[in-house]
Amino acid sequence: MSKYYLNYLDELESEAIFVLREVWAQFENPVILFSGGKDSIVVTHLARKAFYPSKIPFSLMHVDTGHNFPETIQFRDNLIKELGANLIVGSVQESIDQGRVAEEKGKNATRNALQITTLLDAIEANKIDCAIGGGRRDEEKARAKERFFSHRDDFGQWDPKNQRPELWNIFNGKHFEGEHFRAFPISNWTEMDVWNYIKRENISIPSLYFAHEREVVWRSNSWIPKSEFLILDEGEEVVTKKIRFRTLGDITITGGIESDADTVEKIATEVAAMRQTERGNRSDDKRSESAMEDRKREGYF
Amino acid sequence: MLDNNQLLRFTTAGSVDDGKSTLIGRLLYDSKSIFEDQLEAIESTSKKKGHEGVDLALFTDGLRDEREQGITIDVAYRYFTTPKRKFIIADTPGHIQYTRNMVTGASTANVAIILVDARHGVIEQTKRHAFIASLLQIPHIIVCINKMDLVDFSEEAYNNIVSQFESISSKMLVKDVRFIPISALLGDNVVNRSEHMSWYQGAPLLHTLETMHISSDVNKVDARFPVQSVLRPQSEDFRDYRGYAGRVASGIFRKGDEVTVMPSGFTSKIKSIDTFEGEVNEAYAPMSVSITLEDDIDISRGDMIVRSNNKPEASQDIEVMLCWLNNNPAKPRAKYTIKHTSNDQKAMIKEVVYKIDINTLERNSEDKDLKMNDISKVKIRTTKPLMIDSYRENRTTGSIILVDDTTNETVAAGMVV
Repeated sequence: MSKYYLNYLDELESEAIFVLREVWAQFENPVILFSGGKDSIVVTHLARKAFYPSKIPFSLMHVDTGHNFPETIQFRDNLIKELGANLIVGSVQESIDQGRVAEEKGKNATRNALQITTLLDAIEANKIDCAIGGGRRDEEKARAKERFFSHRDDFGQWDPKNQRPELWNIFNGKHFEGEHFRAFPISNWTEMDVWNYIKRENISIPSLYFAHEREVVWRSNSWIPKSEFLILDEGEEVVTKKIRFRTLGDITITGGIESDADTVEKIATEVAAMRQTERGNRSDDKRSESAMEDRKREGYF
Repeated sequence: MLDNNQLLRFTTAGSVDDGKSTLIGRLLYDSKSIFEDQLEAIESTSKKKGHEGVDLALFTDGLRDEREQGITIDVAYRYFTTPKRKFIIADTPGHIQYTRNMVTGASTANVAIILVDARHGVIEQTKRHAFIASLLQIPHIIVCINKMDLVDFSEEAYNNIVSQFESISSKMLVKDVRFIPISALLGDNVVNRSEHMSWYQGAPLLHTLETMHISSDVNKVDARFPVQSVLRPQSEDFRDYRGYAGRVASGIFRKGDEVTVMPSGFTSKIKSIDTFEGEVNEAYAPMSVSITLEDDIDISRGDMIVRSNNKPEASQDIEVMLCWLNNNPAKPRAKYTIKHTSNDQKAMIKEVVYKIDINTLERNSEDKDLKMNDISKVKIRTTKPLMIDSYRENRTTGSIILVDDTTNETVAAGMVV
């Protein structure tokens, strides 16, 4: 076999770098949507590589629900400092205070869906014409239909039945004033690819991904962390468990799994043996069969 | 997974009736790529719908409308990994009204899987799928003769279909065709070897996908480097740095190579090939790198760096096989934006030479309207030269899309003849 081929991880990396460079070339004011989760961290790492030796040319935008893990915010601030990048924060609390959105009520209330308004407001206010996300097609069936360059109309909406065809590696980011694009450089990566890449590249990630002791409550098949926002149901009991998080979202909806994996190597091994999908621990996706599709249509990440 | 494992992209065209969804479900299920919570969801849906056992086809369900109507409308991408390779499936609908989606899925594929129902043999749809695979120059075709269980696993039925297919594919430009008799429903010859067809000596589908040689599919001769952007860091350490960022489309570039920048024609030598990890001595497709040159020349996005002794054609008049992708038909003499590698120009469709009836594969020189799903040979004139190779030689520098400036939609995809 000739040596002139790339292994799968190098090919995925090269594809993502190509997409990031296309975004930079085709848009005026692109940002990276940064959640503090592993996927947006990997995208940020790839952006650093894509433009080296130049500095990362994108601002990072964080939609702050106010229901964060403190560890995520600290990680975000450290990374911003290290990159010398600009941070834009869209605040869900501000959207609530301004009456743009209303807080959900009840025990299962979350701010997950409220983020859509804050995100679209921040995109408009900052004149952003492309928001780069860490979404992957393997995550969920609506995401399996996403393009690398995904059009959003002037209401920020996604029309999955009327998407632009995307052939070869020719990306069409042309748009009218007020519309924007979402770009997904790691579309073709799986959860396993992301972990293998984090391991290979030695990328730092928030401590929440590693096994640690935490006070948690058993709810909808996963360990929900105790926080000031958690309302205990009758019969629910706070216990201390050694857990880690497989994905990071709001502290109110992100469930942990019991685990002893405290290094990236151990996590990668654990993920390879997992028999549950990664978003199985996210109550935001469990609301209905098309929960993700419905949110995405409205402008969700 | 081993570090040197490759990525293989394949496309499957077909409708539910061919067993396409069942085949994909079977590949994912038997290669243990399906998670328990997905399986539970499918089990409960299967029960609700009154199916016996688990309906593997439900794994490929997509958007709400598709679930409700029980059809695939758009391309969906699916992923699985074995100890030998990582796979990306472009799962596309097979009906004639979705030709554009098949073309889309085929554009990046190394392999096309064409499903033939063993009871029906080669039908119009098979011909169409084979034609699209050859038009898009997918390097390898695997014809899966499915539902062998319904023809008593008959070798004769299989042989008949093989010769039917060979009689149509011999007229097309396909390099590597293989045939596998399978039953997606029962799993015969998908992941595991069939116990019912001892007469078949070849490998099951998955083993074929895992082992077929794909690294020579990429053109390694014609060195082409479309410039995506220019890197000019504003830092002390890199004050005079001027790097041309891009991804190698084909061929191999080495430090010290004599290169020409097109379309300007300026020549220079490669001073360095840089990555985040440091300098490399050579770059080949599909590596993303940044190239610096010995001389200061004016280079920007849309230019192409090539080796001086092997240049593409720079032309404003190009002939392409064009697939129309949009609901709105082509407007006569209308201007479009043509996108070719990193180069955008204005273009006009000057002439429709002929249209292909994709069921009979006959040429029609009378009907010149370009409507959705039509495939035609056309002549295009651009305002500035494009640096093109024929699509047959080079899938990256031989492909274009057309964008309608009044809607910004991608309306056509073309392959340079």
